[in-house]
Amino acid sequence: MAVSLTVNGDERSLNIEGDTPLLWVLRDELGLKGTKFGCGAGLCGACTVHLNGQPVRSCSTPVEMAAGGEVVTIEGLTDGDRLHALQEAWIEHGVPQCGYCQSGQIMSAAHLLANNSTPSRDEIVAAMTGNLCRCGTYSRIIAAVESVAGSESSGGSQKGGA
Amino acid sequence: MSADDNLMIANVSRRRFLMGLAGGSALVLAARWDVALGGNEKAQFGAGAMPGGWVDDPNVFIHIDADGLVTIVNNRSEMGQGIRTSLVMVGADELGADWDQVRVEQAEGDHSKYGNQNTDGSRSMRHWYQPMRRAAAAARQMLEQAAANEWGVSTSDVQAGVHKVVHRSSGKELGFGELAGKARELEVPGRNALVLKRDEELRFVGKETGLINGELKSAYPKAIDGEDIVTGKAVYGADVPFENLLYAVIARPPVYGATVASFDDTEALKMPGVEKVMKVEGTGQPAGFSPLGGIAVVASNTWAALEGRKALKIDWDLEAAGDNASYTSSAYRESLEKAAQQPGTVVRQHGDLDKALENATKRVSATYYMPHMAQAPMEPPVATVQIKDGKAEVWAPVQNPQATRDTVAGRLGLDAENVTVHVTLLGGGFGRKSKPDFAIEAASIAEAFKGRPVRLQWSREDDIHHAYFHAVSVDYLEAGLDGNGQATGWLHRTLSPSIGSLFAPDPKHKGEFELGMGFNTMPFSVPALRLENPPAPAHVRIGWFRSVYNLPHAWAIQSFAHEMAVAAGKDHRDFVLDLLGPDREIHNLTVGDGWNYGEDPDLYPIDIGRMRNVIERATNEAGWGKSPGKNRGLGLAFHHSFVSYTAIVFDVEVDDQGKLTIHRADIAFDCGPQANPERIRSQLEGAIVMGIGIALQSEVTFEDGVAQQGNFDKYLIPRMPDAPKTLRVHLVDNPGEAMGGVGEPGLPPVAPALCNAIYAATGKRIRRLPVGDQLKG
Repeated sequence: MAVSLTVNGDERSLNIEGDTPLLWVLRDELGLKGTKFGCGAGLCGACTVHLNGQPVRSCSTPVEMAAGGEVVTIEGLTDGDRLHALQEAWIEHGVPQCGYCQSGQIMSAAHLLANNSTPSRDEIVAAMTGNLCRCGTYSRIIAAVESVAGSESSGGSQKGGA
Repeated sequence: MSADDNLMIANVSRRRFLMGLAGGSALVLAARWDVALGGNEKAQFGAGAMPGGWVDDPNVFIHIDADGLVTIVNNRSEMGQGIRTSLVMVGADELGADWDQVRVEQAEGDHSKYGNQNTDGSRSMRHWYQPMRRAAAAARQMLEQAAANEWGVSTSDVQAGVHKVVHRSSGKELGFGELAGKARELEVPGRNALVLKRDEELRFVGKETGLINGELKSAYPKAIDGEDIVTGKAVYGADVPFENLLYAVIARPPVYGATVASFDDTEALKMPGVEKVMKVEGTGQPAGFSPLGGIAVVASNTWAALEGRKALKIDWDLEAAGDNASYTSSAYRESLEKAAQQPGTVVRQHGDLDKALENATKRVSATYYMPHMAQAPMEPPVATVQIKDGKAEVWAPVQNPQATRDTVAGRLGLDAENVTVHVTLLGGGFGRKSKPDFAIEAASIAEAFKGRPVRLQWSREDDIHHAYFHAVSVDYLEAGLDGNGQATGWLHRTLSPSIGSLFAPDPKHKGEFELGMGFNTMPFSVPALRLENPPAPAHVRIGWFRSVYNLPHAWAIQSFAHEMAVAAGKDHRDFVLDLLGPDREIHNLTVGDGWNYGEDPDLYPIDIGRMRNVIERATNEAGWGKSPGKNRGLGLAFHHSFVSYTAIVFDVEVDDQGKLTIHRADIAFDCGPQANPERIRSQLEGAIVMGIGIALQSEVTFEDGVAQQGNFDKYLIPRMPDAPKTLRVHLVDNPGEAMGGVGEPGLPPVAPALCNAIYAATGKRIRRLPVGDQLKG
């Protein structure tokens, strides 16, 4: 089927099976490799993107559900060359180990802060529970999110702010 | 071999001072450790004993452009341990490079050029710190020589500063970029002419930066891949772009050793995007690194391949799997528990254990179980192969690039020279990606599409169903205590399938390197002791999992030592410090361990003083001895592995409903010299979280040879709420010792410490992992 959607501000049109998960459309068709495949079942959060302002697991979101919608991926979180405050904080706190899950972690955290600029630690943990990290970087993720929370830049990116 | 080939830089330890070797600064040139074994036979240890050995030629590792850009080659696989940052940092520091003008280049798989690249065993920094320092020092001295030549002065009048060389008396300067061309034409100085930087001259190595127990100190140098990772630009196994790429998945036999009897691809071929269905040959048992075989579906995108696979109809021949097809893990556990009551092959003994147990005032015994686990890196295995003009190229996240090259070449009937392995970032490894089976699978499929690249993708279900499983284990321990609560005898039987079963007919007993992971190297001082290894056959594909057999050995020994302390009515810390005996160095050969992680036992004995020190540090930091309050308890465990020392204390609470809260973890760690403390901290933080999963959640069970968990709904690994609320890493500064491993030694004591804490809080003893629902009701 013909599907049109906006990805990181760009209009994209494809001819594709409607049940194809958004993840594989982003990765295999649009070449946006920052969104990762971890489980294929919405259990690990590595594939988290924003669809119409909401965080979704793109591995379990058929592309037809995103038709006409606005998708923001990790590549769209930066504002030109300017990193999102969370991306800066991730670097500063040395969060990533292997880094594979971190796109999804950052997308979940960006949604949290866009809706709650001063989350408590418990709120951070609750919002991030769906994102697995096998390397075990959780304490640094919390520290990085807390460092951005409440600061002026916590609304983060214009595009990614949801 | 020239005289200076036999030179290496060694860390000066007190041992070396005792031996009368030169000292004065932490690093000097010293004769290579060379134990005379008789005749001309030379002991081979450390990096020199690895396939491909070490290389310290600056031309291999360091390149400087005319504009001053420094490229340092990283030859080890990056899987989250931070080696791309840490090893490059070591080279940049010795060279004197400005970090902002340094980039990393990942070496292709070629150990004849780059030295050993097999990234496992917590060896990267311990084996490559010195060669990288030497390569960078040689490059720096060549730059200094070039500057001296340019100015017509002696090299003693010039000195490298940050990214430049300065003429001392005149203050004239030339940048590294300006000198690079001239320096390249000079001869590489011999190893005995190298002058390494003194500790106080180093800007990066050993410096504490970044997030230190909750306090943020500006991280510099920053992680080399940090910005690429957080912006989604970092390239992992499935992220390499290709034109005309084909996407493949494989349906593999549900039971280890089963084969394809017949298959029907009619429906699969009707699926949109599916281009081909083909058989991939397995090699039966033992599998080694070879594929399990099965039916591949090749398509125009990943989703089409996955959907096509669902439409396959396959009849499996289970007879080929033999008794693997009736393997049920719960029944196997019972059989091992029964076998643990019978004597086994004696691995180590002293004193009269039977008499000691007979005469004991009190006897303690317990049986501990640890299940199968899957490494489950967040990035499932994936590899892309393109075969063209008699040559193959591989792009894959592999821990062992040379084995990948050799086994892919073997499969394709090519010379290894005609196979190029490009190592991408690894989205986690944990031992899974030490096995290049997935690259061989991709190569087998690519052979049918000569000229076109083929990417073979594993799903999460593939990854968990067909893991190289951590071996299931049962450990039985029995001890005698005298009237003073002193240990008089110690019996330990360990039963677990061997990784030897992966490569050869099942030995049914642990091999030397498996026993050497904390079993025969058990550090306690007991008058009578017997260590036995009864048989345990393998029924699934067994392989390395981070820390490997240290996991069950530490789990059993550290739990049991606590049980003994409880039986003796003594404080756990006091009891184990007493059980360790006086500070001393245990030579591995004296406890029947000829392996010692591949390291020289004279340089790396088991040092009881260092063990004691980390125990005291962790317990002191955790406030050991204070009353933790209602429903709360502190638990301790410690372990020596990968020639490093770890102790950890948990502070936990278990409420009346059995809900566990981990308030705090304090881990103390001594790996000798620390190259990059920032990444050492992160490895230990991660080990604590992974260890919590091993203790509480992670288990793969089998019914009739089939793994019963396939994704993160049933195979549980820690989520953010499972992590300790407070996590403290205490690094022991010990620069005078030989460098130890970091990636693995944090993990083994985590599960027993957590279960000891649960006991302290509840009085409930956990002897079977994972804890699961055992605290409920």
